[in-house]
Amino acid sequence: MSVLVLADIAASGVALATRQAVSAAQHWGQPVDLLVLGGTDAAAHAQIAGVRRVLHADAPQLAQPVAEEVARLLNGLAGDYAVILAAHGSLARNALPRVAALRDVGMVSEAVGLLGPNSYQRPIYAGNLLATVDNRPGLQILTVRASRFEAAALDGQAECAAIAAPAADGRSRLTGQKTAGGERPELGSARVVVSGGRSLGSAERFHACLTPLADRLGAAIGATRAAVDSGYAPNEWQVGQTGTVVAPDLYIAVGLSGALQHTAGIKDSRVIVAINQDPEAPIMQLADYSLVADIFDAVPELVRHLQTEATA
Amino acid sequence: MRIIVSIKRVVDHNVQVRPRSDGSDVDTSGVRMVINPFDENALEEAVRLRERGIASEVVVVSFGDATVQESLRQAIALGANRAIWGQAPAALDQLAVAKLLRHVAQREEASLVMLGKQAIDEDAGQTAQMLAALLDWPQAVAVSELAVDGDTLYVTREVDGGSESLEIRLPAVVSADLRLNAPRFVKLPDLMKAKRQTIETLDCAALGIDLSPRLQRARVETPPPRPAGQRVGSVAELIAKLRNDAQVIA
Repeated sequence: MSVLVLADIAASGVALATRQAVSAAQHWGQPVDLLVLGGTDAAAHAQIAGVRRVLHADAPQLAQPVAEEVARLLNGLAGDYAVILAAHGSLARNALPRVAALRDVGMVSEAVGLLGPNSYQRPIYAGNLLATVDNRPGLQILTVRASRFEAAALDGQAECAAIAAPAADGRSRLTGQKTAGGERPELGSARVVVSGGRSLGSAERFHACLTPLADRLGAAIGATRAAVDSGYAPNEWQVGQTGTVVAPDLYIAVGLSGALQHTAGIKDSRVIVAINQDPEAPIMQLADYSLVADIFDAVPELVRHLQTEATA
Repeated sequence: MRIIVSIKRVVDHNVQVRPRSDGSDVDTSGVRMVINPFDENALEEAVRLRERGIASEVVVVSFGDATVQESLRQAIALGANRAIWGQAPAALDQLAVAKLLRHVAQREEASLVMLGKQAIDEDAGQTAQMLAALLDWPQAVAVSELAVDGDTLYVTREVDGGSESLEIRLPAVVSADLRLNAPRFVKLPDLMKAKRQTIETLDCAALGIDLSPRLQRARVETPPPRPAGQRVGSVAELIAKLRNDAQVIA
């Protein structure tokens, strides 16, 4: 038996997360096959070290596939594999639970640690706790948090095989795609996030204070649940357990106390900065760098410093 | 059109959850429990569809011990027409819940099943997709906009780095993202009225469905804490630290 990895759709080349998922797949010590869909470059994927075979399913409905089509394809392949695995991206999150249900097996979402043939570590409660989960022996289906695994090298030589896809079902149809952002990066994947809390005091002051800083840093803007509930920021800016969980390189928390459900959603940030008037606020204990200051003085000063130095 | 909304009772997001002293599970004794926030978005959308005359009935269902009845009553107060308590052991995994929901959806001849995109305790995000597969229905996961026209759903859903628009033929399963709507608050008189409404009990063990858990929780622990941070005295010092020590700004 062997391991099947579902590759992320890539416009060109190979997605980093796919190489990381291939690394994770070596955990079972069995041959690893890689399933690539649609127009994705199969030859490029054959260079991922540690892959035995690249299975290329190219059909019109798999170019920008919906979960239903991918799940039916995977379900047809599942009988040959002991493990089906993918990075925890949108497509796998949508398709793999369908496969698990069709095979009458459990699924492990976003494993961060692989402990045994059917034992995993994964975050629960937005990362507040870490659970060890035993899946029933038999077919293992899981997604992994790709960033926890080293990317496989690109010096491999796997064989490529074209495989047939089941006929399109057509009850679910993709009619459009929009990349988030425009001028601002998407909250969930931004490298820098600037977030504000209720201390900003009003929607006007929230924007006046945070927008220049976010512009300066090319950052996404986030908000606490309290700030959203107070109407300072739209719902989709909410960061935390009940909003978007973020893990940027730099998270700047402005005038927010650090409620549990908020801090749960930022814990995996590389560097956390907190600016707050209250030295006892919980966020000040969590932060890597904390500054006790009036936010309406400190944030504009921060922007000025960043501007002068950029032009100097 | 009848809509089934599935709700899960979870630990309130304001509660600091801890492992039990023996590390076997999460300690949920005596903590405040609420309806999973994403399920509230699903319920709100279903109720709005009924208020607009698109849906004829909203049936809310929850599985677990007797305490879930409190959440069901709250859902009635928020606009659900009736409620089903699926009497079941607390330790149902996602697949077991999906199988039970299939039973309810078929029995009720529902055209649409709605639930949250994930529960904020387990964070698995699987139940909607599993249910859709079991019913052989299409799905829309993490939906932020939804419109119904005849037997077609037009949805926008959140994906990594953006959004997608889908056209989906009913019957279907929809899971709600936070962005779908802002749920209404429950009104006290409605809650009082809901207390008098009968909740149907469904004995899950008697349905002949294999509910044995595929996933078993072996251990729960607190993740290693972040290393202690440092206090900086000025904006200039902060910038220097970010640039030279942390190297996160140019």
